[in-house]
Amino acid sequence: MSTRLATKGRLLNTGKQIRFSFNGKQMTGFEGDTLASALLANGQMMMGRSFKYHRPRGPVASGAEEPNALVGLGTGARFEPNQRATTTELFDGLSATSQNHWPSLDFDIGAVNNKLARFFPAGFYYKTFMAPRMAWKSVFEPIVRQSAGLGRVPKDRDADRYEHFYAFVDIVVVGGGVAGLLAARAAGEAGAKVLLLEQTAHWGGRAPVDGGVVDGQPVDKFVEQLVRELHTMPNVTLRNRCMASGVYDHGYVLGYERLTDHAPDMNGPRHRLWRIRAKQVVTATGAIERPLSFSGNDVPGVMLASAVRDYAIDYGVSVGDRTVVVTNNDDGYRTAIALKNLGLEVPAVIDARASGGGGLAEEAHALGIRVETGKGIAKVLGGKCVTGVAICSQAGEGAVLEEIACDAVAMSGGWSPVVHLWSHCGGKLIWDDALAMFRPDVDKAPTGADGQGFVIAAGSANGALQLQHILTDAQSAGEAAALAVGAKPKHAAAPQAQARDEAMIEPVWLMPQGAGPKLRMKAWLDFQNDVKVSDVMLAAQEGYESVEHTKRYTTLGMATDQGKLSNINGLATLARSLNADIPQVGTTTFRPPYTPISMGAIAGEARGEVFQPLRKTPMHQWHEDRAAHWEPVGHWRRPYCYPRQGESHADAVAREINQTRGSVGMLDASTLGKIIVKGPDAGRFLDMLYTNMMSNLKPGKCRYGLMCNENGFLMDDGVVARIDDDTFLCHTTTGGADHIHGHMEEWLQTEWWDWQVYTANVTEQYAQIAVVGPNARKVLEKLGGVDVSKESLAFMEWKDGALADVPVRIYRISFSGELSYEIAVPANQGQALWDKIIEAGAEFGIMPYGTEALHVMRAEKGFIMIGDETDGTVIPQDLGLNWAISKKKEDYLGKRAQARSHMTDPKRWKLVGLETLDGSVLPDGAYASAAGVNANGQRNMQGRVTSTYHSPTLGKGIAMGLVLNGPDRMGEVIEFPGTDGTTYKARICDPVFYDKDGEKQNV
Amino acid sequence: MLILHCPYCGVDAEETELHAGGEAHLKRFGPHSSDEDFETYLFARENPKGVHFERWRHANGCGKWFHAARCTATLEVFGTYSAQVTTPPQAIRDAITAKRPGWSWRDVQ
Amino acid sequence: MSDTVSALNGATFQGFVTVEDAGLQGMITLRGDLGSAKLLAAVTAATGLVTPSQRKIVSQGDMAVAWMSPDEVLILTPYDQAGTIAATLAQALSGEHGLVQTVSDARTVVRLTGAPGSVREVLAKLAPVDLSPQAFEPGEFRRTRLAQVAGAMWFDDTTSARIICFRSVADYVFKLLCISAEEGGEVDYFN
Repeated sequence: MSTRLATKGRLLNTGKQIRFSFNGKQMTGFEGDTLASALLANGQMMMGRSFKYHRPRGPVASGAEEPNALVGLGTGARFEPNQRATTTELFDGLSATSQNHWPSLDFDIGAVNNKLARFFPAGFYYKTFMAPRMAWKSVFEPIVRQSAGLGRVPKDRDADRYEHFYAFVDIVVVGGGVAGLLAARAAGEAGAKVLLLEQTAHWGGRAPVDGGVVDGQPVDKFVEQLVRELHTMPNVTLRNRCMASGVYDHGYVLGYERLTDHAPDMNGPRHRLWRIRAKQVVTATGAIERPLSFSGNDVPGVMLASAVRDYAIDYGVSVGDRTVVVTNNDDGYRTAIALKNLGLEVPAVIDARASGGGGLAEEAHALGIRVETGKGIAKVLGGKCVTGVAICSQAGEGAVLEEIACDAVAMSGGWSPVVHLWSHCGGKLIWDDALAMFRPDVDKAPTGADGQGFVIAAGSANGALQLQHILTDAQSAGEAAALAVGAKPKHAAAPQAQARDEAMIEPVWLMPQGAGPKLRMKAWLDFQNDVKVSDVMLAAQEGYESVEHTKRYTTLGMATDQGKLSNINGLATLARSLNADIPQVGTTTFRPPYTPISMGAIAGEARGEVFQPLRKTPMHQWHEDRAAHWEPVGHWRRPYCYPRQGESHADAVAREINQTRGSVGMLDASTLGKIIVKGPDAGRFLDMLYTNMMSNLKPGKCRYGLMCNENGFLMDDGVVARIDDDTFLCHTTTGGADHIHGHMEEWLQTEWWDWQVYTANVTEQYAQIAVVGPNARKVLEKLGGVDVSKESLAFMEWKDGALADVPVRIYRISFSGELSYEIAVPANQGQALWDKIIEAGAEFGIMPYGTEALHVMRAEKGFIMIGDETDGTVIPQDLGLNWAISKKKEDYLGKRAQARSHMTDPKRWKLVGLETLDGSVLPDGAYASAAGVNANGQRNMQGRVTSTYHSPTLGKGIAMGLVLNGPDRMGEVIEFPGTDGTTYKARICDPVFYDKDGEKQNV
Repeated sequence: MLILHCPYCGVDAEETELHAGGEAHLKRFGPHSSDEDFETYLFARENPKGVHFERWRHANGCGKWFHAARCTATLEVFGTYSAQVTTPPQAIRDAITAKRPGWSWRDVQ
Repeated sequence: MSDTVSALNGATFQGFVTVEDAGLQGMITLRGDLGSAKLLAAVTAATGLVTPSQRKIVSQGDMAVAWMSPDEVLILTPYDQAGTIAATLAQALSGEHGLVQTVSDARTVVRLTGAPGSVREVLAKLAPVDLSPQAFEPGEFRRTRLAQVAGAMWFDDTTSARIICFRSVADYVFKLLCISAEEGGEVDYFN
């Protein structure tokens, strides 16, 4: 059983006890513990169950690579699933729950999957999907649904806050181990601006645990000294608890800083996403130990040798009293020696190499540790915990030579450089046969904007495993990065480490090498996804030669750990099965993030009220105070209607329309786009932009215009006012203002740059208030200051003035068919004028109306609406707007396109009005059916509804639609099948339903 | 995520300040052009793996359109230049030739 | 003028820096040939200032001129003088191709004050801009993006920055700045 040692762990503050709970059980640990080390100290080896077979699992690793020990952390709004116990710093009150089991961790019904394991082989899902459809629905799906997935999805809104931070540096050094620290110092001494990121809370990486002597002092002292030095350098910034999660194009690096995960009571953001731009990136990301593939290598208590060592030295935790070490390289002996030195039993070191190890092996020998060379583990004994190992010849098929009782197994299959960040942006790898690892190919680094490499791997991330190699490599990496950013490296000698004689690793991809099917079925490659040696071999047998295909077929290397432990063992197994070389098989693609990062960090500040920008008119608060029902229009919020107590939205809309048509209403039209176009060529420019002629508009006058894109399709419409000889003001739709301004600038800057035209988007300079209805003039006359009589300000004219002492520009334009004035006023005085109009209009019952009333009134008049009658495939000719298309103009944007054969096809659907026979409202978007079926066997269509409303003015449903030969079929009744099964009958009619002669707006 | 130098305001702008505008140096065809010319203008695009010329707008910045020459495969940027030219300037072509000898794009070399 | 209210109507927030509505601000957009002697003279006559070079802002007292693009400057004036100054400018530029437009009400100015590094941090949480003192000094004027909207920023001095954004998103930008300036969010990055 795992337990706390009497010796103090290196990282622990045993003076401070911490209380936490696991599956509701109260436990204690110390400050400095991780959740994993604290659980082990409490004898809790089993921390979860596996994904597919629900096998009992304990931690395999001690860091970010951990595949098994995933827990749900926190409760309620702070619950988060799939957190690695090995990287979770313990804090007072931490509450963790294990995952993937029911009803309990110890007794799990899903574990029956384990018994059925041979029915769930690689490609299970693919094969199942090919079974009869019914079998999936009734048999497999319920089983799979019940057992699928890691952790549970949080149900509450995240209670924490998050933020982004943009940083610009010369060099990012990733990793705060000896290599990273040394590279940062070398670059910093050269004068470069350096940002050093370390994912854990501690500096020094593995070195303080693995030991060694640098420049005559123990390596942990050397680390302390380096950190002190770096802190004094003003051009170097150190951030720990900050993982570089990805390296992207042009030196973009994401850093994921965990600020309060270890101290949730601290005020401040929980995570900060660093959005870093670096000229050079040094990846000193270290290496990860590989498991060995033997039967039962997933039994709780079987761990990486380095993890066993970490728990013992860093956290004062013994994984077991008697630990058997199994290794194919010298590093495994470090664990045996460390455990022995702590007074723990090491019954044997099983070294797969026939010739055994080097200096460390001798040291182990000298401590009296039994070393078996040329041997392997045939199988691990025990189910929920290790009870012993059966050993065999590594060269054989697994005939058991001896059973050794033990309660833990420390395995070392060699080390793999962490090449993720090197690879994210295209860095290539080479296979190093001697070291049995993929390492960065320094000649094929990821390249940046200048075409030069911008990532340099350093230390063990670059394949340097011995301390001296690490120091030399890191020093030169730091200097090379500094040189590349134009700093001046000092070319100092690297610190000197005490050398040690080491024997070479011998790759072991299966233990024993001739293990039969029975052993292979329990030899795990990917712990998180329950992929075994047998699964990869099956995939190879079934023809999966590409490692990318094998990954997807077997799920090897998927999920939260992304194969950090399984990748190399998996592809070596595949290579062996295919009788190919490892480099031939290659690796799967490494993609960011290195370890999962929170959704909150990605969202940053963009949540709640600032999830997205909400644009407000100057009268927004007034609308809000009157409980306006909002309609989103782009990022704007516009009042849809102003419902009164007890009123439905439909009632409110009807009231607003009746009031406006009957007396006077007012509309906040501030969102309409307003663009000034000025210059000697302004008229010529607008003639190109609009389908109709604008250059001959007289100052003081207004004209409605249509804008098309080069494809000929209608993109915007609005009223243009000519201000003076070379100045126009173009109104656009609400959604179109920025887009049309951009469109204008695009043509001016990129096509007609010699034309003398300037534009300015003045949309927000003005609040715009439409005063609409037969009594509109009386309201304005009451306000006084501007002559708004028919004679002085005729329909489609504008004038400047001061209305009730407020400076205004009044446009006499109408989108409702009523007598209407649109009054532009400096935005900061918008509310003041709005109030004055309400006061003046009180005797006429003036009330604001919303966008729905606006829509209904325009539809009653047969006016089109961009986005309703148009959808990006409609040309003005479809809408009967030929009157707004100049025949005289040589050219305008869209003119050529409108001459294309498809555009002149007489069969294009054309705009008509539609009225139901029974006065009901047609469903929006409904299609009109025609006789026969098309080539796909679908019913033929002959039109569709583009706008449809109940008209309170006419007391019935009115609609517009695009119909085949519509204008020639007046009076004909066509059918619109609804989605509810009923068929709506509507008569084709003139789209102008109200005041056909336009008398009301022109009074 | 790219960084492009805006030749108008001098900022090395990251992609989130920019708006991509597709292929550069398109010749506009208007009324009376042939169907083939017009079709090419509207729809035919180079889509090369390698050297490409593009239009970008410094939308969250000075608002100006500019041209960029870059490699679509490696994202190497050979240079950015004025939007008010109909073909890539010689200096840009030379910069590309130095890095990608023998390149060509449409009929540009 | 009592009827005239800025979009933020005097809002303030106290975090690890102070965020506040800078109040009514006169603003004039001037587009034209920034190399034209006539234009440069007109700007100087109207403001007393020399038109700034690329990405700079020059200021004196309550007047400032900011470089917006190769053919545009933004002139900052007292709110109630913007109209008169715009008219003077337009008059001086008559006969020359240009555009003078008062935009005082189209935009909002927010001021940040606090410790030098802190003011920079608040902005660096929102804009993809190098805000280190070496890269961004007082006198620099930078148009960029603040989270999801366009904006511009500059430093009056080491402890005070101003941000311009469009009026309709004044509330959004103000809230962004408040969130970024909230206690506990100090980054301690700039020195």
